Amino acid sequence: MDKTIIEKIIRSHSYDETAAGRIVWMDLDVRSARDFGGPNVVKNYEREYGAAPLADVGKTFFTFDLCAPACSLKYADNQQICRDFARKHGIHVYDVDAGIGSHVLIEEGLARPGTTVVGTDSHLNILGAVDSFGQGMGDVDIAFAFKTGKTWFEVPESVKVVLHGMPLPTAGAKDLTLFLCRVLGTKKIALRSAEFTGPAAATLSAAGRITLCSMITEMAGIIGFIPKEGGLAADSDARYADVVEVDVSGLPPQVAVPPSPNNVHSLAEVRGTKIDSGFIGSCTNGRTEDISRAAEVLRGRKVKPGVMLKVVPATRTVYRELLERGILASLFESGAIVINPGCGGCAEGHAGLTGKGETQISTGNRNFPGKQGKGRTYLAGPAVVAASSVAGEIAGPEDL
Amino acid sequence: MDTDIRQGRIWVLLDKAGRLIEDIDTDQIFHNAHLPITDIAQMGPLAFGNLEGWKDFSSQCGSGDMVVAGRNFGAGSSRQQAVDCFLALKVGAILAPSFSAIYFRNAVNSGFPVLKIPGLDRLLEEKKLVTGDIVRVDVKLGRGENLTRRFEFPLDPMSGVQYDVYRAGDLFKYGKTAGLKKN
Repeated sequence: MDKTIIEKIIRSHSYDETAAGRIVWMDLDVRSARDFGGPNVVKNYEREYGAAPLADVGKTFFTFDLCAPACSLKYADNQQICRDFARKHGIHVYDVDAGIGSHVLIEEGLARPGTTVVGTDSHLNILGAVDSFGQGMGDVDIAFAFKTGKTWFEVPESVKVVLHGMPLPTAGAKDLTLFLCRVLGTKKIALRSAEFTGPAAATLSAAGRITLCSMITEMAGIIGFIPKEGGLAADSDARYADVVEVDVSGLPPQVAVPPSPNNVHSLAEVRGTKIDSGFIGSCTNGRTEDISRAAEVLRGRKVKPGVMLKVVPATRTVYRELLERGILASLFESGAIVINPGCGGCAEGHAGLTGKGETQISTGNRNFPGKQGKGRTYLAGPAVVAASSVAGEIAGPEDL
Repeated sequence: MDTDIRQGRIWVLLDKAGRLIEDIDTDQIFHNAHLPITDIAQMGPLAFGNLEGWKDFSSQCGSGDMVVAGRNFGAGSSRQQAVDCFLALKVGAILAPSFSAIYFRNAVNSGFPVLKIPGLDRLLEEKKLVTGDIVRVDVKLGRGENLTRRFEFPLDPMSGVQYDVYRAGDLFKYGKTAGLKKN
């Protein structure tokens, strides 16, 4: 009794006493590495353990997503280092055709409610969307996890975030998420597990839950959960370090302005800012629902000449759904560049970079200086990015 | 020398306006353009290569020097290079009011001292920690001493796991010596 969601998940994977603030050894259901981090995991592993077997190859995976297929020699080399290691040990590889690793783990049923999952993706806490304790870690941690199946973890305190009211119908999950990045900043849930309650959280779709949970990292939190009927829930007498009340009633669309995802303004404040390019995708907004929303805005319209709109589905499954529903054809007709699944936009991926002086509006999750090249990046939801790409300046669908 | 004690010149990461820089993210510490680099020897010169005002840090930093930074140091990605670049430069420790969770883990696992310094704002306000000062820290007891200005200040002592891994050298050495309990 008296356990929060994070305490419950950790307790079911540890023999140590589990309470906030204690460091415990935790069993891991899934350990993964991708095309950055991965090669260093291999290097660490072989240096420390030679050819010794992994704790459990059936629970160990590689997921290539950052630059897929590799568009630089370094990425190509690094992916091959992981493939060679995987072949030697019999590890399954979700290769460059599969898409974003965290999303693939959800689709494949590897990240399920109540599981513990680690990998070299700092947004792996996105798995909170499916009540799984996902956590991004460095290559030392992951090499150790490959070998032992365990990791140490300081059980985080939990914060309850109570959302009051409902956003405007024109505001989607990303707008709610960006607004929370603004209100919660990097302090309110820092190093803690957040549980989001209230109708605006409870009514989020599966894709919307992913969007919100994907940006807990930008709020400096450990993970976010959104309790729902029949899902994991905290005990009624669980102890919270803090309760934060946030009024989201009537919330309009939001945009994060460079240089940080926490520098968030309403669309109205930045409307009319000229843009050179748009990006729709990423682990935050790369689901079928996100790209369909953008396609609705674009239908019967054209991306403004001189503006480049890149669309990157999160996974092969999403790509197929878009293909079957005719959405890819519709995006093509509107002049969008549809790229194969993966991350693409971050970490010098296969979707390319922004050049000096370029202004991009993106559905991604980070706009730190240098993240997507030398240009400036605004962050918004799929509808605003699509509308902005038609207008050539930051705009909502209602402005077209 | 007792490995619990570290001593060196400090670099206080201030911006152009003289304010302590907070939320320094891993792209500013070790830019993502260099992610494919896996050889630690090549990482030193790239430390803070994308942090405005500090891009020449690596050429000025000496062995044993310590970094003093604002809260939420190491925000952003999980890249180990953002820790390894300081190991390559033989930086002695990083002192900050808080670290991002992933960054903190990476440093702990590499046996690199990242120490929480709770009263930093005040120490800076009173000009008690200035770039170039010689500082000594005791990682176990959580004690700092500014040898240049002759006064002591508190740090959070390392937690059990952090200290054990630090003494073992890194997580791998710790794992091999400690013998992990079966869950």
